[in-house]
Amino acid sequence: MTILCGKEFDQVPVFRIPGPLRSLSGGEATVTVEATDLRAAIDALEAKYPGFKGRLLDEDGQPRQFVNLFVNDEDVRLGQGLGAPLQESDEIAIVPAVAGGAG
Amino acid sequence: MPSEPHLHARRVLGLRCRECGAEYEVQATHVCPRCFGPLDVAYDYGVIRRLLTRQRIQSGPPSMWRYRDLLPLEEDAAVVSLGEGFTPLVKAERLGAELGLRNLYLKNDSMNPTNSFKDRVVSVAISWARAHGFETIGCASTGNLANAVAAYAARAGLECYVFLPRDTEAEKLVATSVFEPTIVAVRGTYDDVNRLCSQVMEDLPWAFCNINIRPFYAEGSKTLTFETAEQLGWRLPDEIVIPIASGCQFVRHRRAAQELLDLGLVDGQDLPRLTGAQALGCAPVYRAWEAGTDRVSPVVPDTIARSIAIGNPSDGPYVVRIARETGGVVEAVTEEEIVEAIRLLARTEGIFTETAGGVTIGVLAKLARRGRWNGDEVIVAYVTGHGLKTADAVADAGRRVEIEPSLRAFREKVAV
Repeated sequence: MTILCGKEFDQVPVFRIPGPLRSLSGGEATVTVEATDLRAAIDALEAKYPGFKGRLLDEDGQPRQFVNLFVNDEDVRLGQGLGAPLQESDEIAIVPAVAGGAG
Repeated sequence: MPSEPHLHARRVLGLRCRECGAEYEVQATHVCPRCFGPLDVAYDYGVIRRLLTRQRIQSGPPSMWRYRDLLPLEEDAAVVSLGEGFTPLVKAERLGAELGLRNLYLKNDSMNPTNSFKDRVVSVAISWARAHGFETIGCASTGNLANAVAAYAARAGLECYVFLPRDTEAEKLVATSVFEPTIVAVRGTYDDVNRLCSQVMEDLPWAFCNINIRPFYAEGSKTLTFETAEQLGWRLPDEIVIPIASGCQFVRHRRAAQELLDLGLVDGQDLPRLTGAQALGCAPVYRAWEAGTDRVSPVVPDTIARSIAIGNPSDGPYVVRIARETGGVVEAVTEEEIVEAIRLLARTEGIFTETAGGVTIGVLAKLARRGRWNGDEVIVAYVTGHGLKTADAVADAGRRVEIEPSLRAFREKVAV
């Protein structure tokens, strides 16, 4: 927790883990990581709890069809994708894509 | 209808992942924990085949619940109903003449209790939720769904929370708030609302109609196609034009048509061509179709067709595949074409539809004028919501003459 300019534990980016994936995180709903972009954050998540990367990314290293990733409530596909930069205390939400009927 | 007390256990098998095929018990969940794919209700069609006949359907109630055998509600569960479905299928002679289509039909689903097709899915969802002990109902909505959920929750006596973009049309807000749900107006788009609800849902014992109980909710859409086939004399049309938002109902019409064919309830062997309609101001599925990929990239919506303004459509990839597989297309129209289509439908057929219906009719007209059809095909357009829901879109329309209450004024200003 001291690597990034002495940031406190609660100032590093945090993943919000959806129910269906909490079996991978030992039941934890949030997991903190140290990373400066989303791709590195996913690698860090994988290092902490193996199995996540394969669930989030496909063989080409792109987000899977049914996985939506949000950084501070912004869909990363509308911005810089996996290159999205992360600041301290950013929140990364993993949300299953299968939701929301029409109007 | 005759009661079949032990039927359900055999008729509804559970939930099955559309992607990996994993099977689960009946429960309030919509995502496959293994692969994140969507879960669908799985039926034992052998049981249904032995039971279901045209006669059994025709002796059922004059509502969508005449197809209860193909809906995921237990036999002993009470239906929460406001008389949804079995809406008119009208032959569109005048619109057809204008478009060169001799067998054009309109399924007028604006005739539902809350004036949109959402009553079909909500009747199933809230019946299922109440039967399974839920006391609070929620939904993420662009307006029509909130409208239906609030009404059916009132009917069922359940707590209700509806989440909407804060710029939802005033008409839809009034028609929702009268039922006294808690309205959560979110400062964002529908996609923001949807994402928020997916997160909120994790920690609450609520049934979100279009999220955790989506597999059951979605099944209600099938009844539109069941009814259309019955009203056409037990045959499927050659092509159906369907508005696309999340793509949820589009996928269900494919399933409904397949069920009718497999169960021998309709004559013929072919699926209808399924054609999707989007507004260019929010056309992620159309863009994927045009690009020849089923990978749908999200967009930020900007259209008057707000009821279908979903920039990140969860069933989008399936829409592209189904349109391709059935020989349909995905087409999109401009804002001007939407308004023109609303007026065209009103002028020729006496039906006032909302902007989403303008998208459907606009795409129908565009494809007809482009020469997609020879004119003899049986084509059905699904008109899914009433025009009073988006009255502003055509607020400046119409010929109006203001006169003094005198014969002279009438003769001078009105009579020709």
